[in-house]
Amino acid sequence: MLSLETQEHLRSCEALVIGASAGAVDALSQLLPVVPRASRIPVVVVVHLPANRPSLLPDLFAPRCAAHVREPGDKQPVSAGTIWFAPSNYHLLLERERTFSLSIEPPVNFSRPSIDVLFESAADAFGSKLCALVLTGSNDDGARGALGIRRQGGLVAVQDPRHAEAREMPQAAIIAADPQVIATLPELAQLISQVTRAAS
Amino acid sequence: MPDEIEIRLLLDAIYLRYHYDFRSYSPASIKRRLNAAKLQLGAETLSALQERVLREPHVFTQLLQYLTVGVSDMFRDPSFFRALRERVVPELRTYPSIRIWIAGCSTGEELYSFAILLREEGLLDRTTLYATDINPEALRKAEQGLYAIERVPAFTENHRLSGSKCSLSEYYTAAYGSAAFDRSLRKSVVFSDHSLATDSVFAEVQLVSCRNVLIYFDRALQDRALGLMKDSLCRRGFLGLGSKESLMFSTHAAAFRDFEASERWYQRC
Repeated sequence: MLSLETQEHLRSCEALVIGASAGAVDALSQLLPVVPRASRIPVVVVVHLPANRPSLLPDLFAPRCAAHVREPGDKQPVSAGTIWFAPSNYHLLLERERTFSLSIEPPVNFSRPSIDVLFESAADAFGSKLCALVLTGSNDDGARGALGIRRQGGLVAVQDPRHAEAREMPQAAIIAADPQVIATLPELAQLISQVTRAAS
Repeated sequence: MPDEIEIRLLLDAIYLRYHYDFRSYSPASIKRRLNAAKLQLGAETLSALQERVLREPHVFTQLLQYLTVGVSDMFRDPSFFRALRERVVPELRTYPSIRIWIAGCSTGEELYSFAILLREEGLLDRTTLYATDINPEALRKAEQGLYAIERVPAFTENHRLSGSKCSLSEYYTAAYGSAAFDRSLRKSVVFSDHSLATDSVFAEVQLVSCRNVLIYFDRALQDRALGLMKDSLCRRGFLGLGSKESLMFSTHAAAFRDFEASERWYQRC
């Protein structure tokens, strides 16, 4: 059950960012279909991918999701009602003017796209009005970024490592960022449902 | 926001002192790179870094390596090179001599990809390649043509997927942990310092490749850069962009038509 404070925070969020690695597809399959077609806020997802092969994730998730599923182009507005997947072999960043930027800076934590890069830029762009989710994965990408989001007053939720397919990534985020929420996938689905709920 | 003010002042200082213009770069990425430089160069704050950059040119040289830090592979996005080979090259063949501009060539991965492909298609001997970048250190590396041997398997796979019938190993010799690319590949390459932000058109060319450079620019600077490319290209000349870049929002869009739009090949009208 989410605390009243968390529920209040969720209502103020203007973006949801998600990071996942090993085990990502299964975990996201339980979460992303919850996002409604008219989602109040954008959902931006980084999954670690093999380089130099187009990402299959948009095609995989589009038929399962009510919301639009896309890969952003350079400088495209970060619009609501859409689940945005980082393309392979680029870092994905959010700008303060609420557009996407892409970059081929070197991999961070051996990853391009890197979750830290997305999270740190999102923390700057959205401040406290940001919700971040760290899911299953077998390295520590996302931990630094989650800390950055916490420092800016944002909300961090982490998948309970005991229930994660790969526990290192959520574990690292918990140690680094002291998240407000640690929860199982069904509980995180509820959280996503609340934060993306269409404006009434 | 003190960070934002410091970044703006530092970029102004760099422009005034060294005439390098990063003021219209995408802010999120510039901030990351400046913070990385601050840590590595041992400055407490960006203001402290600014003071050193202003007074010590060698600190600026170091900072420049952080500000222009893209890492590309040879034959990155093999399907782009396949389209070059199968669709663009037949058109290039019709020219008795060919001039190509690799804009923002960084450490040369894209340049060698073009040179190799043109050799395979029998066009390299009648081609001049202009390889430009704002970073002299990157240009020096491009001119050397040395790449860490660990990177070569990825290059090789990309090269194969680009539709080549030869092995990439025909173009380099391995020694001391590096792959040294054949110097004959750069026989007709002109390496030159050129800024898309502050310099002007320098040649008429039949093809411009500028991939994953515009992503670092804001829209106004993207337009300036695309304007230079437009003015450099002859009629029916080709423009190749990165896989996530497009002409769609540019004021110069009308000067081009889609050639192989899915692979980001455009043709000058």
